[in-house]
Amino acid sequence: MALAGLGLLFFLLPLAGLIVRAPWNQAVGAITSPETATALELSLFCSLAATAIALVLGIPLALVLSRTTGNLRRLMRALTTLPMVLPPVVGGVALLLAFGRRGLVGSFLYQAFGIQIPFTTAAAVMAETFVAMPFLVIAVEGGLRSLDPRYEEAARALGARGWMVFARVTLPLLRPAIFSGAVLCWARALGEFGATITFAGNFPGRTQTIPVAVYVALETRPDSAIILSLILLAVSLAILVGMRDRWLGAL
Amino acid sequence: MTLKARVKVIRDGFALDVQLDIDQGETVAVLGPNGAGKTTLLRALAGLLPVEGRVELAGEVLEDSALHLRVPTEERHVGLVFQDHVLFPHLSVLDNVAFGLQAQHRPDARRIASRWLERAGLGDKASSMPRELSGGQAQRVALLRTLATEPRLLLLDEPLSALDVTIRAEVRRELSSQLSSFGGVRLLVTHDPLEAIALADRLVVLENGCVVQSGTPEEVTARPRSRFVADLAGVNLLRGKAHGDHIEIAGGASVAAPDAGQGDVFAVIHPRAVALYLARPEGTPRNVWQGVTEGIDLHGERVRVRVKSAVPLVAEVTPAAVRELRLHAGASVWVAVKATEISVYPA
Repeated sequence: MALAGLGLLFFLLPLAGLIVRAPWNQAVGAITSPETATALELSLFCSLAATAIALVLGIPLALVLSRTTGNLRRLMRALTTLPMVLPPVVGGVALLLAFGRRGLVGSFLYQAFGIQIPFTTAAAVMAETFVAMPFLVIAVEGGLRSLDPRYEEAARALGARGWMVFARVTLPLLRPAIFSGAVLCWARALGEFGATITFAGNFPGRTQTIPVAVYVALETRPDSAIILSLILLAVSLAILVGMRDRWLGAL
Repeated sequence: MTLKARVKVIRDGFALDVQLDIDQGETVAVLGPNGAGKTTLLRALAGLLPVEGRVELAGEVLEDSALHLRVPTEERHVGLVFQDHVLFPHLSVLDNVAFGLQAQHRPDARRIASRWLERAGLGDKASSMPRELSGGQAQRVALLRTLATEPRLLLLDEPLSALDVTIRAEVRRELSSQLSSFGGVRLLVTHDPLEAIALADRLVVLENGCVVQSGTPEEVTARPRSRFVADLAGVNLLRGKAHGDHIEIAGGASVAAPDAGQGDVFAVIHPRAVALYLARPEGTPRNVWQGVTEGIDLHGERVRVRVKSAVPLVAEVTPAAVRELRLHAGASVWVAVKATEISVYPA
């Protein structure tokens, strides 16, 4: 009991610290300050864009994963879930080595089209997608695996072809899994720091998302850092409350 | 329009090997115990399972493994009704029924669907969601959903067994009338003999993946060829070697039966023809064995007594006889069967 209480305290104390030390009288000013507003806006844009990309790429990936078996499945699953356990900084370095100006794909993009990805907003979006997409894939794949295959069989027996089965039966039945996967993915993208700062850097208005801004502000404007942290905390709490038991059930 | 199917499926040590021919307008029930391969057969015919063999419907080859030919499920025009409706939970009743019509790109799909619902007396449920329906209603909607696509072959997988006993009779009546007005080939699989006899013109008994018997319900129950059929007909079934006037059954016992013929035979003895005595009976019966009562069950007004003896038999007696003979499990009794009460036919 005592240890359990200690454990709980360990979680609660830092949060309490955040709330107690928050400069509430400056809160409104800090939130509406141009730097904060810019970081907030950029964070929202990047995390939503990352979630959108994850939806477009992650659902097909989950479909393929759920329909593969054996060693191929184990391999693909390991690859897609790797970013979940990989330190985000390593992810950022990896992205840099792939899409950097001298990177695997990046050098080609630069030479052929003059495109440079690192340290742009696109890079921030990519870093967030890289880290957050596995959450969506895992949730959707779980949903697919628990889907009664007879719904699709019934649809096919009624004469529905592949696309109609997917659009009118599979996808709607997956809606809860897709929703919870997307929320988890978005929350992870919103809080992404390591890969973003490594691959996209810290340029206000371009790549400085809230977590990056918090880290930077801690040195110079600690009050601002606390307010930004509180914003992220509020978002996390809202998601936690909104999803309740769907949270871990999806994983 | 007829179905000619020769289907072989081998999976995880289970083998299904069935030849099945069904004429248009005929309802065939594939009857068998759980695990006999009934559902596998249906799925194979629906194209949901790769099979070895050949399936031909109305002259069109749906499957021919020798030619590597396989028409996918969605192009077969077969209707599949599942045990527990499998209505799409996110679509209204009307949209469920319209689904197959929309798949066929019928422009007035929803209107046709609503006409089907009206005719079945389910018009007021059109906008309900499947979860708001009772089990019986859901199964009726599932049947309409399939019939609305006008399939050439209707496959019903235990359509009544998931329903409450109280509404089963009602849904069975409706199913029966829907089946008689349906023009295609009808195939029903079930483990419930009542369902099979009520709905089918012909029974095909499937056991361990093989057809053991087929014919009209009367033919099948009159001459059971398996334990399963004997049980559902409520008769004793013996199998043995005939030697003119007696049959040698497994275990070595000999059963006297006139004109038994020669070779492998089945012998059927109705439980009413089995008499029980406390002491060895005198007189005519030539088949007399001593045994031990194993179980006593009430069957309507009669009592069925299972006796373990050289020839295991069930006897049907009156409750008065049970009292008179002081029968109870473990009681010692004499069993007698008149030779003329035994019907023998080749195995």
